[in-house]
Amino acid sequence: MNKKQKNSLLRIIIAAIIFAAGLFIPEGEQFAAIWFVRLGVFLAAYFTVGWDILWRAIRNIAHGQVFDENFLMTIASVGAMVIGEYSEGVAVMIFYQVGELFQSVAVGKSRKNIADMIDINPEFANVERGGVISEVEPDEVETGEIIVVKPGEKIPLDGEVIFGASGLNTSALTGESAPREVAAGDEVISGCININGLLKIRVSRPYSDSTVAKILELVENSSESKAKTENFITRFARVYTPIVVIGALLLAVIPPLFVGGWGEWIYRALTFLVVSCPCALVISVPLSYFGGIGGASRRGIMIKGANYLEALYSAKTFVFDKTGTLTEGSFEVSETVPSGISENELLTYCAAAERFSNHPIARSIVEAAGENIPDAENAEEIAGYGVTAEVSGRKISAGNIRLMEKIGAGHIEPGSIGTVVHTAIDGKYAGYIVISDKIKKGAADTVSALKKAGAKTVMLTGDRKATAEAVSKEIGIDECIAELLPDGKVSKVEELYAAKPAKSTLVYVGDGMNDAPSLARADVGIAMGGLGSDAAIEAADIVLMNDNVNHIRTTVNIARKTHRIVMENIIFALGVKVLVLALTAFGFGNMWAAVFADVGVSVIAIINAMRAMKN
Amino acid sequence: MKKSFKLIDLDCANCAAKMESAINKLEGVKSATVSFMSQKLTIEADDEIFDEVVKKAVDCIKKVEPDCTVKI
Repeated sequence: MNKKQKNSLLRIIIAAIIFAAGLFIPEGEQFAAIWFVRLGVFLAAYFTVGWDILWRAIRNIAHGQVFDENFLMTIASVGAMVIGEYSEGVAVMIFYQVGELFQSVAVGKSRKNIADMIDINPEFANVERGGVISEVEPDEVETGEIIVVKPGEKIPLDGEVIFGASGLNTSALTGESAPREVAAGDEVISGCININGLLKIRVSRPYSDSTVAKILELVENSSESKAKTENFITRFARVYTPIVVIGALLLAVIPPLFVGGWGEWIYRALTFLVVSCPCALVISVPLSYFGGIGGASRRGIMIKGANYLEALYSAKTFVFDKTGTLTEGSFEVSETVPSGISENELLTYCAAAERFSNHPIARSIVEAAGENIPDAENAEEIAGYGVTAEVSGRKISAGNIRLMEKIGAGHIEPGSIGTVVHTAIDGKYAGYIVISDKIKKGAADTVSALKKAGAKTVMLTGDRKATAEAVSKEIGIDECIAELLPDGKVSKVEELYAAKPAKSTLVYVGDGMNDAPSLARADVGIAMGGLGSDAAIEAADIVLMNDNVNHIRTTVNIARKTHRIVMENIIFALGVKVLVLALTAFGFGNMWAAVFADVGVSVIAIINAMRAMKN
Repeated sequence: MKKSFKLIDLDCANCAAKMESAINKLEGVKSATVSFMSQKLTIEADDEIFDEVVKKAVDCIKKVEPDCTVKI
């Protein structure tokens, strides 16, 4: 609690003690000595706890703020005392202040929790200038300068390690607890914590363009985009208070004209005023979204606004990019089928010939072959066919079917899916190697969970149809659209957008590399592997900082949970308020019930809203 | 131009909503948000009149919640 809150708590305690003492004083005859004592004690409690409310009410009225909460509470409590209900008048004020205090503490706690979660902002950088290391602000360091990061310190700027090796804790950025090992030559990202070794880093970009600055900006701005429900509630609050106040006025004046009993009707009207504050709704809805977004950021899921969390809730179409999203995007040898030689020989010969190529397929073969690759001579790349080279005096040809046909070697038709490299030795067919992209762990589970929830899943890719279909079948995707050109993706997204069920939203999940237009076109664009990719952070609405495909499901679950909490709060708060108003109008309610409908409901709604932060 | 300002002692969510709607009605304001949770005011307005708009927005805030100050 801060000073202001402690002060308020102290006032509430003192007032409560005075109030409790007052309850023991017998009521006595009106204007008798004991009656005055009792009144004095209650007034003392009242002013102790509520003087600031009274003061604000008067001041705000002077500013033309009618229907201000302070004013309504003042009228309700003063009114109650005027008609002789002293204890209730004081109690209304005490409980109102308890509610305000609770709200202030709860909101402060949520703010702090979330601020701690995204505590990635580096305070300083140790920069090496002319052999001297000095501590400066991160934004004073220029590109190309060398910084030193000691164990336990935060990496202040993005750059390349030039000296040292260490494990990095990336949990504040990605939610992953496993450390990331780095050594000289590796790129490192600001915001990670250096765990155990001293690192020297050459800064690759200024602080303002660093990963940390980008993420902080994203988080800071997320409160600007409000959810529709949030705006609806504030609009609703604007009409709710005047309606209840007018209801109170009518209740105070009209019925007694016919049935008499002014005191009773005024009491009911004052009770109305206690319920007229829309606080519970107005605070709990943004608090829920704030909590949901904050809880997500702890897991490395950055959401750019409450509106996206809300839109994700009603998503019925999920469009995935294939490579890098559902699959690893790195190629691996998945099958080696030799013909007349050993598996190892096939791999080694093929790798020797492919070693001079920079193609990712060639590199994955070289990697699979390991260390002992013999030297090759006269290596030649034939575009559209493959490579040829001389290895240990034998002529190796490695490439596609067309190459085999060209040299008249024949081939075996491969049964599996992926990119196939056929090899011939001295013009004689020697077998083939299949290279395929690995499906990410959790991809199938994620897709089946989304389908179970009634969503349609679509995969877009530029890959060959056979490969794409095999992948989509394995993952369980509903619809697979293959052989798309880069600009074909966004027009496909347009088509799917037009075909989506009414009132539902479309989500596009990609890696942000070359699908920025699709990310932007979808209602919710989710970019994966945002760590280190500016494009992804900029283009998407939700950024998953790491490559974990399971986080898509986590994000959807957070959206659902937040939505449920928001709905619970709206229904509960409105329900109780309407019920108490109805009971009061017909004479079954009293001010205690109204205090519960105001303060009690606020407290419960806030506690419920804070659940959104926990996962 | 779009700029954010920190709000100090913004104590009530309903006040934040009132401020937001009042500021959005100001002349020259393209869009404005007052976030109770992050205690921030964000205003978007044309460059030439920006300072003037901010001044008016501060008046709106003072009118709703006199204890609340805007850090400029």
